[in-house]
Amino acid sequence: MRAIYKKELRSYFSSMMGYIFIFFILLVTGIYFTAYNINSAYPKLDYTLNAVLFVFLVAVPVLTMKILADERRLKTDQLLLTAPVKVRDIVLGKFFALVTIYAIPIAVICLYPLIMSQFGTVSLFEAYTVIVGFFLLGCADIAIGVYISSVTESQVIAAVITFGVLFVSFVMEGISQFFSTAAVTSLICYMVLVVLLALIIQSMFASKTIAIAVGVAGEIILLIVYAVKSTAFESGIQKFLSIFNLAGHFDNFASGILDLSGVLYFLSVIGVCMMLTVQSILKRRWN
Amino acid sequence: MIEVKNLVKRYGNHTAVDGLNFTIEEGRIYGFLGPNGAGKSTTMNMITGYIASTSGEVLINGCNILDDAEKAKKYIGYLPEQPPLYFDMTVREYLQFVAELKKVPKKERETMIEEVMDRVKIKEMENRLIKNLSKGYRQRVGLAQAIIGYPEIIILDEPTVGLDPKQIIEIRELIKSLGKNHTVILSSHILSEVSAVCDYVLIIAHGKLVASDTPENLSQKAFEDNSLELTVKGEQEEIISAVKSLDQVESLTAKESKEEGCVDLSVKTQNLADIREDLFYKMAELRHPILRMEHIRATLEDIFLELTEQPEDVDRRGEEESNMESGEEEEHESNL
Repeated sequence: MRAIYKKELRSYFSSMMGYIFIFFILLVTGIYFTAYNINSAYPKLDYTLNAVLFVFLVAVPVLTMKILADERRLKTDQLLLTAPVKVRDIVLGKFFALVTIYAIPIAVICLYPLIMSQFGTVSLFEAYTVIVGFFLLGCADIAIGVYISSVTESQVIAAVITFGVLFVSFVMEGISQFFSTAAVTSLICYMVLVVLLALIIQSMFASKTIAIAVGVAGEIILLIVYAVKSTAFESGIQKFLSIFNLAGHFDNFASGILDLSGVLYFLSVIGVCMMLTVQSILKRRWN
Repeated sequence: MIEVKNLVKRYGNHTAVDGLNFTIEEGRIYGFLGPNGAGKSTTMNMITGYIASTSGEVLINGCNILDDAEKAKKYIGYLPEQPPLYFDMTVREYLQFVAELKKVPKKERETMIEEVMDRVKIKEMENRLIKNLSKGYRQRVGLAQAIIGYPEIIILDEPTVGLDPKQIIEIRELIKSLGKNHTVILSSHILSEVSAVCDYVLIIAHGKLVASDTPENLSQKAFEDNSLELTVKGEQEEIISAVKSLDQVESLTAKESKEEGCVDLSVKTQNLADIREDLFYKMAELRHPILRMEHIRATLEDIFLELTEQPEDVDRRGEEESNMESGEEEEHESNL
């Protein structure tokens, strides 16, 4: 893992990629910090960092696009996968290298509250909570980018898909408002999801009986729950979609609350993406 | 050392490797021979654990390459067809990375890298970026990568492709010297290479093992298939009957020579008998000058072609171009 971690760090800093990523994040946050906190003398970082969340949409795909796709294109994955290391260690080594690069602009951002405190009273706890949330959100976005980079061998495709996924997640709150909050809507959506789940199971295990069993059982449970307590379904679809709304989980941090469920959420997103990445690499050997 | 049992790899409907069985023993150089697309690289990729087999298993010193991957991979150094190089690194940085990746203890790393660089003669390139190296040097860096950690087994997929003749000789010498301390498996579609370097040859065609033996034994088989080629000046009928009258002539084919008034003959004898002297006196007696006489021995090349020619192909060709066949055969013979 260390070998890969060191190699990736060196590779990002021997090309322009690492510097561009750091420069871009610092440029955007710097402009907003100057405008909101210096010029308007607003003592909190919440607006500032909330306003710069769009930076991930561009910076993360650029950072992560080559991380695994390029190994495949240049066939250097043959070296990594035939070396006595676990695939998990390869993926984690790469992820931590990216997180380290991302930690550099975060370290600079950590100076912002200190700068502000020169001019008045600033709640350092609140300020650093916002920064922690911002850091975790970025790490989760990077994890998504790493996974997408593992499914293709084209950097461009990886970048475009990563942008697409992050964008949909970014506007997820708006999307969820397309749906009515009525219980019936949620029920229908859940039923469709169960059918999708059944289809996925069928393609994964190639077993019709399991798929049909899961599908039918799921639908029946949904209908029973709906019959017994239909209020449980109210605005259910919004709750479901909020799982994919990464930026939404940053809100609590932004209001200065060190939100443990939020921390857990971001860590789970990272964990799931890492697992998917390992699986997508392992699965390719079988094709 | 390596046991390959019933190895099968299918890509959709296409079977790339079809039930391979063989064992690799310690301390020899093995040659994996086959035409392009025979399944050599696929097999090597399965032995090294880069891809998984559809069925069958590979055991490295008793460790399954898929289930016990980490342990099994420790025994192997692999140079794939395209050397897995990072172009933005210098040679030394790259080898340091590989040494760390292969878990070489920190104390030994530097000396090992020095030794390996000396061995493949890339010392003078150690601070150059890999992207600026020529093909030959890149191949050597790839080879250095495979040697690092001194694994027991070194697997090289077409190590001399794309190199100039001098480099080919150097790499072959290097492989031979590696064979003293390691078990080496190399693949190639060039026969002379395999017969020059390897102690043992595995010939595969269409994903199947068609022959496995030492090059000597394979050539021995080839020598049983010998013939005498002649060009004689004179009347065709007369010459044919004269040759046929000699003892021990088994078969004879004749055709008009390119030279005017001459006949080209191809004579096979029983029990490898040498009839050159008899033939000479006979022709002298009839006053038919022999312009050319050559003892043709089937080479490894011919065996290779014969073994790797799939019977199905021959059948198919037979159906489609039955008229062409006689002509083609003649052409084949003249190539010999």
